[in-house]
Amino acid sequence: MSSTVSAQPGGLHTSEVAAEAGGHAQSAMPTALLGMLLFIASEVMFFGGLFATYFNARATSPGEWGPPAGAHELDIVLAGVLTAVLVASSFTMQFGVWAIRRGNIRGLRIWTALTLVLGVAFLAGQLYDYSVLGFGLADGVFGTTFYTLTGFHGAHVFGGVVGLTIVLARAMRGQFSARNHVAVEAVSIYWHFVDVVWIAVFSTIYLLK
Amino acid sequence: MATTTLDPRAGTYRRSWVLDWLTTVDHKKIGILYILNSFIFFFAAGILALVIRSELAVPGLQFVDVATYNQAFTMHGTIMIFLFIVPVLAGFGNYIVPLMIGAPDMAFPRINALSFWLLPLGGGLIFSGYLFGGAAAEGWTGYAPLTAERYAPGVGTDLWIIGLTLVGTASILGAVNFIATIFKMRAPGMTLFRMPIFVWTILVTATLLLLATPVLTAGLIALFIDRNYGGSFFDPAVGGNPVLWQHIFWFFGHPEVYIVILPAMGVVSEIIPVFSRKPLFGYKAFVFATIGIGLLSFSVWAHHMFTTGQVLLPFFAFMTTLIAIPTGVKMFNWLATMWRGKITLATPMLFALGFVSMFLIGGISGVMLGQPPIDFHLQDTYFVVAHLHYVFFGGSVFGVFAAAYYWFPKMTGRKLNEPLGKVHFWMHFIGFNLAFFPMHQLGLSGMPRRIADYSPDAGWTIFNLVSTVGAFMIAASIVPFLINVVATLINGEPAGDDPWEANTLEWATSSPPPAHNFDRLPPIHSERPLFFLTHGHGHGPAAGRERDLVEEPEDDAERRGGAA
Repeated sequence: MSSTVSAQPGGLHTSEVAAEAGGHAQSAMPTALLGMLLFIASEVMFFGGLFATYFNARATSPGEWGPPAGAHELDIVLAGVLTAVLVASSFTMQFGVWAIRRGNIRGLRIWTALTLVLGVAFLAGQLYDYSVLGFGLADGVFGTTFYTLTGFHGAHVFGGVVGLTIVLARAMRGQFSARNHVAVEAVSIYWHFVDVVWIAVFSTIYLLK
Repeated sequence: MATTTLDPRAGTYRRSWVLDWLTTVDHKKIGILYILNSFIFFFAAGILALVIRSELAVPGLQFVDVATYNQAFTMHGTIMIFLFIVPVLAGFGNYIVPLMIGAPDMAFPRINALSFWLLPLGGGLIFSGYLFGGAAAEGWTGYAPLTAERYAPGVGTDLWIIGLTLVGTASILGAVNFIATIFKMRAPGMTLFRMPIFVWTILVTATLLLLATPVLTAGLIALFIDRNYGGSFFDPAVGGNPVLWQHIFWFFGHPEVYIVILPAMGVVSEIIPVFSRKPLFGYKAFVFATIGIGLLSFSVWAHHMFTTGQVLLPFFAFMTTLIAIPTGVKMFNWLATMWRGKITLATPMLFALGFVSMFLIGGISGVMLGQPPIDFHLQDTYFVVAHLHYVFFGGSVFGVFAAAYYWFPKMTGRKLNEPLGKVHFWMHFIGFNLAFFPMHQLGLSGMPRRIADYSPDAGWTIFNLVSTVGAFMIAASIVPFLINVVATLINGEPAGDDPWEANTLEWATSSPPPAHNFDRLPPIHSERPLFFLTHGHGHGPAAGRERDLVEEPEDDAERRGGAA
């Protein structure tokens, strides 16, 4: 009982203190990354709620499940291509992360730019798909659940595109290094999450019979 | 040797205290903002409760019309739950949790400020329905199809949806922040199983918020699409399903019940040991009971939907009854802590004991309602209203006031007046039981909830009158509390660092703490670091209060003094 432990120095900014605390007792994951993972956990539950509405509507809806009479069938080929685009973008994102972990900022720039292009391509493809489907949000419960699920996924892709743009802009200014790139890691986790959600959306809406 | 002494104020500039509070990212100031904001909403929703009780005092419509009455009970429930109980407990968590784990702040201070500021915004939007042709009027549960556009055409329901979405976002961000703080910011030596129980309850609460709130957000968005863009999620005429709303709402709503009660249980578990002069009996059992309640809370939502005929009654009745076990464990924790303790009946302890006794009644009526044969009779009667008020008010709100009296000295450096506190407690306690106990009988004799009027021949008049008297007594009990707070702030008894001789780290720093919380931390070898600092480990004479020897740097005293 003779000594007191020194508290964290008051002058330090909280994130620095957190980074230091990460050094001992606690695990090595940066606080910002843990925050992103927790946020994604809440996003999983959000999409869980939307999927629940979809399955409930599909299970209780009378008649055949699908686009209303007179509208086009869903374009599974286009959706398949878009799936490939988004899955590919997950790989390019990860190549970028691996590049900056080795300190290769040029690699990060190239791979992030490529990911960004693929993400925008996905959004453009989805908007094109919406424009030719011939039914809308208000055309029965299929239209409502279809546009809500794909629309909220699209909104999340858009959020990811914004994040990627910020990462790219910061990479162009040379703000990342092998030691300091937690924003890249966080955005990449989010991007992978958005990709996984799309695979679930695609499987549910297009593949599940 | 030429040395330069830096003026401690060098590099700072004067700004108004208003701007300082509006832009602060200090968890202590944000915590106080949370608490103040919550009490404003508490008073607003309390006035609505008086409107309801006044109308019901005697048969007939005396004060308001039916539409106004519907808005009153909807806003009362929504505001009390989403903008008072949850945020006020989050506010105490914001202030106390970093102090309890020896951290300088929350993990994400700016996100912390954002999650606070979404609350007045969201709450303001919900209330603003009154300015645009009437607030939402479908009950706080917003059941479909009452919320469909053709039954609720006003914009009030849309504002209710948007406001709740913002409040939910605040909860999610706050939950991320609490969990990250508790996992990443603990002081050396503060292992998980040395954390104060309050921190544990906040951790489990934050996890429930993180996983339950987004489901409500999804439901609210679906409802918004139905109302505004011709969607058909909940409209059976076009293939939707109104019961789906109940599933979504209660999948969120039941964990929400534990979100509301767990931090209050944490408060009580801090207070009872301190005022019994004993360690909490069964620390680990309490922790596992808390985690158990958290896990079970996701498997009981359909007990709110027994009478829909669309849920598996035995399963949900069984899971609901199971929750009584960890809750019962906690009751024994508290009772065994007090057993042969040296009990002091100071105001925080009185409110804590009020919590234990009133929550017990609410828990028992909860187990009753969890049995389908009873529930089929009591669904949507005043018995349910009695039950939920014994849990929310007899439980959580007593916990809130216990926390207020217990931590007020830490936040302000001054101790609330004890006699006034006791007057507050007894008026509160008697008023509460007058207001809500008769509702059990009203429910058993068939009075439905959410009605503005009833027949004089129904035999409900006397109980309603007693209930109304109780409601006004509760309102009156707030007066000594407010007088107490104001008088104490002006000229209260200085509290010192540790007025209650407590166990946990928040009492190891000054009252109020400096901006960075701690100059020195005591060694942490148990869940009661401060107790061992004061009293030693029982070997030989106590070491004395070590931290009294630690001098505080002058610039801190100045910083606290004001300006800066």
